[in-house]
Amino acid sequence: MKLPIETVQKELEARMPDVKLRKVRDSLLIENALDLRRVAAFLKESPEFRLDYLSSVTGADYLAYLESVYHFYSVEKKQGPVVLRVRVPKTEPKIPSLAPVYRSAELQEREAYDMFGIIFEGHPDLRRLFMWESFEGYPLRKDYEQEDTEILEAADIAWLDAHRIAVPNEMKEKARELQAAGKRAVAQRPEKPRPA
Amino acid sequence: MEMIAKKNNLEGAQMLEINFGPQHPSTHGVFRMNVFLEGEKICALKPVMGYLHRNHELIAENLTYAATMAYTDRLDYFNSMANNFGYALAAEKLAGIEVPERAAYIRVIMGELARIVNHVMLIGFLLNDLGAFFTPTLYAFREREKILNLFEEVSGSRMMGNYFRFGGVKRDLTDGNLAAIQRIVSRFPAFLDEFEALLTKNEILCMRCQNVGVLPAALAVNAGITGPVLRASGVNYDIRKVDGYGLYDRFRFQIPVGQKGDVYDRYYVRILEMRESLKILEQALEQIPQGEILNKKTLPVLKMPRNFKPAVGEAYGRIESPKGELGYYLVSDGTPQPWRYHVRAPSLINLTVLEDMCLGQKVADAIIILGSIDIVLGETDR
Repeated sequence: MKLPIETVQKELEARMPDVKLRKVRDSLLIENALDLRRVAAFLKESPEFRLDYLSSVTGADYLAYLESVYHFYSVEKKQGPVVLRVRVPKTEPKIPSLAPVYRSAELQEREAYDMFGIIFEGHPDLRRLFMWESFEGYPLRKDYEQEDTEILEAADIAWLDAHRIAVPNEMKEKARELQAAGKRAVAQRPEKPRPA
Repeated sequence: MEMIAKKNNLEGAQMLEINFGPQHPSTHGVFRMNVFLEGEKICALKPVMGYLHRNHELIAENLTYAATMAYTDRLDYFNSMANNFGYALAAEKLAGIEVPERAAYIRVIMGELARIVNHVMLIGFLLNDLGAFFTPTLYAFREREKILNLFEEVSGSRMMGNYFRFGGVKRDLTDGNLAAIQRIVSRFPAFLDEFEALLTKNEILCMRCQNVGVLPAALAVNAGITGPVLRASGVNYDIRKVDGYGLYDRFRFQIPVGQKGDVYDRYYVRILEMRESLKILEQALEQIPQGEILNKKTLPVLKMPRNFKPAVGEAYGRIESPKGELGYYLVSDGTPQPWRYHVRAPSLINLTVLEDMCLGQKVADAIIILGSIDIVLGETDR
């Protein structure tokens, strides 16, 4: 059963007049990220909506800001989806975590943190999910630069030498140049990121 | 940290930390569990993922919409048809493409066959985990092979079908294919009866599975658990009924629901689901009309992948995959490549409650609890 987003917006505006909402396509944008948990808790408990099931949590990079998107459904009333979104600047990407309200956010918020670097405040165990602990950067951000697997860096050459593995001289020279310039071996990007 | 402190403070007994995986046969792939034990009882369990991570989402964001279809096969490699179904649904929602009736029927048929393949293999592997070494699995393999032969005939590949297209399917089913499906459908119940005669009331299976890994319904809903695991806990929620996507609102079928939410219920719900799938298949084979298999209006766009440019917008398409809710979130910026592509993987999210189910159980039980959740690492790690 579809749940019109206008109904949800009207109800929220009546019950929580201090929360600023804006309709974006078929979803509600919560202008102040700090209101998110309050709104989610209300939607979960309200007898009219009973959005007890948080299906999907994910991030997105829109160059100027990062966004977190939430898809809610109701198992009890078999209705939904209600889509909420929150936008935060890239310099301070902090969003209150929904994990205390919905357990299903636990792993999904960790994934969004891993891929976009969105910090979910109040999450019980915010670590990287797929990448290893010492990994630098956030792979799904549009400005992420991938490492070039064709080029070896000085540290790689040292390791290979220590293990007595022969390395072509060209690669050694390239590594020395990179080290002298203080650069990382980064794959060339095909083009500039597309505008949103 | 907390665990280590507890480990040192324990009097009389010593806490043991065991690392299952990533190379361990019972983890069904490269999944790792950090298990903390007191004697044989589990007092903490931390899942570790990422050993099969290849950033599927980034790959898809650098490809055209149509090219990603082949990559979705590799998510849950046991049922590529269901993955295709979900992705096609999301992209069609985004671009507003209609599916001709015959194609919609073919989709339902393929989706249900994939469900049978998945469930029958899961039960085989679960029994393997229980110690019934490979006999049930080989029975299951025998039946699965009949369906995979059909998939090969229809799509060209046993497992990586790449069969769905936006607005239809790749190739029509011939009368021979339909007859083969009819044969599978009419013979499968006999196999299920045989399987059940050996298993369902088997004393060892009952003793190992009943009251093990109980998942309360309230926790299951709150933790976003979907699919047979949710239904085994007694929650009647099936996206085929709720959303009625594809043509599922046309078929008569029941939703099997468990009572306790233990491993045994999860096993039995899957057996019953296979029987319901057979009912859907029978009805679909009866009703399937003649006609087009690909939307003719959108064909020029679909033939040139770079011409497929949905208007700026977003869509979330979800299906009841055999493992749970498989969702695809697509954001279009009007170019041939998606701006954002996200897979809501049931295999990953169903692991949220793994620790809750395992606490207080024995090590051997943790293995069957993991087996009964039914994860595939291609989808968990993406």
